Amino acid sequence: FFFFSSRRRHTRFLPVSWARRCVQETAIIGDEDTVTGFLLTGIGERNTKGETNFLIVDSQTTAKQIEDTFVKYLRSPNIAIVLVSQQVAERYLRQMINEYDQVVPTILEIPSKEYEYDPKKDTVMQKANRLLYGKEIE
Amino acid sequence: MSQQVVPSQMVQQLFEGKTKAAKKGHELLKKKCDALKTKFRTIMLGLLETKKNMGAEASDAFLLYAKAQWAAGEFHQNVKDAVKRATIRVDMTKENIAGVQLPIMHIRELEDVDSNLSQIGISRGGQAIQKCRDKFKDLLHILVKIASLQTSFVTLDEVIKVTNRRVNALEYIVIPKFVEIVRYIKQEIEEIGREELFGLKKVLDQRRKLQEESNKAADKKALEANREGKESDNLLEDVDEDILF
Repeated sequence: FFFFSSRRRHTRFLPVSWARRCVQETAIIGDEDTVTGFLLTGIGERNTKGETNFLIVDSQTTAKQIEDTFVKYLRSPNIAIVLVSQQVAERYLRQMINEYDQVVPTILEIPSKEYEYDPKKDTVMQKANRLLYGKEIE
Repeated sequence: MSQQVVPSQMVQQLFEGKTKAAKKGHELLKKKCDALKTKFRTIMLGLLETKKNMGAEASDAFLLYAKAQWAAGEFHQNVKDAVKRATIRVDMTKENIAGVQLPIMHIRELEDVDSNLSQIGISRGGQAIQKCRDKFKDLLHILVKIASLQTSFVTLDEVIKVTNRRVNALEYIVIPKFVEIVRYIKQEIEEIGREELFGLKKVLDQRRKLQEESNKAADKKALEANREGKESDNLLEDVDEDILF
């Protein structure tokens, strides 16, 4: 399932067949508290180059950093799930998420301390609701 | 394609066979599509339900996190620095549903031998941190389940589209084409038959006509000969007077 974007060059994802992947990591992009909470469980990974599978988004983080990291995680053959704080998704990544159609890695929008989970904003949820009930979530 | 088909009995049988196979294939595909759609619905319902509940679980987790922060102080930096190799991994396996391979994910927890992660909270607030960690682990389990549902959802969506396209292709293009070809052949065969019959009739008619004409000619000749006198070709027919000496 190939996807080309004429607007941005880095929204092109590798068509790696999910069937060839094996044991995978969970990546996470979110605010400090959310990421730290999840890191406590042990999902964090740092390789020899110092690259990690988590990104903490704060007031200093630029939009480009967030987008580039997101794309990097989506292209990685080692990552199965990408957790994204919903407010980060809403603000920086909504377009990319809407256009994303690959099977793995799968994108999961999660709530944060301040922002409750809103199914109305979740791309996958809206699609499922539309297919099931013929309308958007209210 | 009808123009290239030779109208013969053999070809007709061939295409009748094809029609039958196509109809059977169509029926089977339709059943498969229905089974897939049912499974799809189930997955979608599960996805909507589970993800909505996830919101509540996440709130609990954040509450415990706040408690842990209050008890142990700021531990962001320590956690970030302690990250080395992931101890929680996700296994991806394939599950066969109605003939389709769907990706399912499971959490695999590896033994954490020398990670500094477990050292966090050693000084104070250890229990609160542990509780927080456990809650986040539970949340992670739910999230992985949701992830499985999402991957199955995306895969099935695509497969259903493809299967549906094949069903429609058979129903609206392939089968009508075959039916049309068979009809054309039957029509041509009939036409050829009629032509043969017609040709045969014509030949017979010709022959009869010739026969009639030759008969007529013969009769005419006979009549003329009789009128011209008693001289007939056939002496045996004359009746002579008796000769008296």
